[in-house]
This record gives sequence, structure tokens and C-alpha cells, in this order.
Amino acid sequence: MFRVTRRYEFAASHRLDAAALSEEENRRLYGKCNNPYGHGHNYAIEVSVRGPLDDSSGRAVDTARLDDLVAREVLRPFHQRNLNTEIAAFAARVPTSENLAAEIGRRLKAAWNSEFPGRWPELERIRIAETARNIFEIGADEIE
Amino acid sequence: MLITRKIEFSASHVCRNPRLSDEENRALYGMAANPHGHGHNYVVEVSVEGIPDAVTGMVLDLKELKAVLSREIVEPYDHRFLNHEVAPFDRVVPTTENIACDIWRRLDSHLSNGAARLHSVRVYETADLYVDYFGEQPCSA
Repeated sequence: MFRVTRRYEFAASHRLDAAALSEEENRRLYGKCNNPYGHGHNYAIEVSVRGPLDDSSGRAVDTARLDDLVAREVLRPFHQRNLNTEIAAFAARVPTSENLAAEIGRRLKAAWNSEFPGRWPELERIRIAETARNIFEIGADEIE
Repeated sequence: MLITRKIEFSASHVCRNPRLSDEENRALYGMAANPHGHGHNYVVEVSVEGIPDAVTGMVLDLKELKAVLSREIVEPYDHRFLNHEVAPFDRVVPTTENIACDIWRRLDSHLSNGAARLHSVRVYETADLYVDYFGEQPCSA
């Protein structure tokens, strides 16, 4: 069994502001990330896929298909966007990197069979580096 | 406890399965099927698992690990055309997966003697693509 990991990047802006909290509480909780005008990151995401070796190709995943899937479901919709105002999932949910990782996972899981209809390969985990110092990881089995 | 050591080598390869047509190979491997070959700076992380020895405080002698990696991997792989110069890639397509497998096969007997055990081999073909292999299933190499 192999784990194949592919790394992608997109740039997007966001603002962390929880609707259930007061202005003062949001400022205290999120600090600079609560700036009302928003701010942006160069997000780096790693998509890890698990599967056995295909005897004919000598590969565990067709990376061109994975690239197509990620481009269609994640990179094209998210790149150079404001996550809060342009991505429906973040209309009512704070676009923290935790929530972003889960949303990316949901999108890939929902469209998975269109590119990979067989038993393998399966999605294993999503990893997001918001900056080089803040990294978030979610396993496919944790995604609803 | 896991100990990971990193090595690098530069090599060229072609991803082409002789049982498939030129067109099928191009569809499957894309530019990597170019018959003239192309190269990468491969980065390999080898992780060894074990419990630190009560006397030495070490899982294994890192000098020895360094020597094994250099002798078994870097020497045969570095600055080579894998398909032509490094077995089994005269008959096995040198995908990142198969390279991870071959590295496991070359290292396992040298690193899994005594208290330590080979845990995983990670091969970066580029900074944007890497493969982890844990020795779970015998590879086609």
C-alpha cells in the first residue's frame, strides 16, 4: 500500500469573525485575523491518497486525474477569492483553516467517484499550511 | 521512536510501459513518457523505528545509517539514467512508487537487524509530489 501526496497552492482572503460573539470578543479571540477589511494567505494544501500499486502503470494513483479533481473542486473556486463572501460554505461558518480543511475534504469526497470510480485509490488526508508556521491536518474519516 | 534521515540523488528516467502503445503511454504518463528521458532531484527520507538503547541512548548508530544510505542508495542511483543503469528499472517502470519500493527492498535487511526496524520510505520526486511506502505489500520490483 502506498500513500501518494500532492501539493497545491492557492491565494485567498478571509476574515475570522464568529457571528455568535460580540465585536469585543471577536477582537480578543481572533486578534489581527478579525480586521474588518480581511487579509490573505498563500495557502499550500497537501492531498494524500492511499492505494495499492496498479501493475500496468506502476503507480498507485493517476496524478493527472487527481490534479484535475483538485483544480476543479478547490483551486479554481478558491484561488484569488474572498472566502467569506464568495464561497457559500463560509457564509455561516468562520473560514478558519480547520473549517477550510474540512470543506476541501467534503468537496473532494463528494466528487471523488467522478474521477476514481473504483475501490482504490481512496482519499486519506488533507493538510493545509496557512503560513509556513501554521499547519492543519484532517483525516478523510473525520470528514462528514 | 522514529528516526528519519534524508538523502538526495539526481537521476533521469522515462515512465513508459513496453506492453502499452506509444499513445497509451502518453495518455497514462503525459510528459514523463518522453522517450529521451528527463530528470529530478530526488529527496528520500528513511525512517527507522526502535527504542533507545539503555546504555547508548540511541535507537541505532547514525554513522552506520548514513553509511548504509550512501552505499545502498546514493551510490547506485546518483547521476544515473534509472531505466538503463539501475536494476530493476530495466523491466519495472521507475515511477515514484516503484522507486520507494526498490529503496525499501535495498535497505530492509541492513536496517531491520537488531533493535531497530525500517518504518517507512518517503520519496519526493519534486517538492509537490511525494510517496510514502511502509512495506505493507510486496512490490512489483
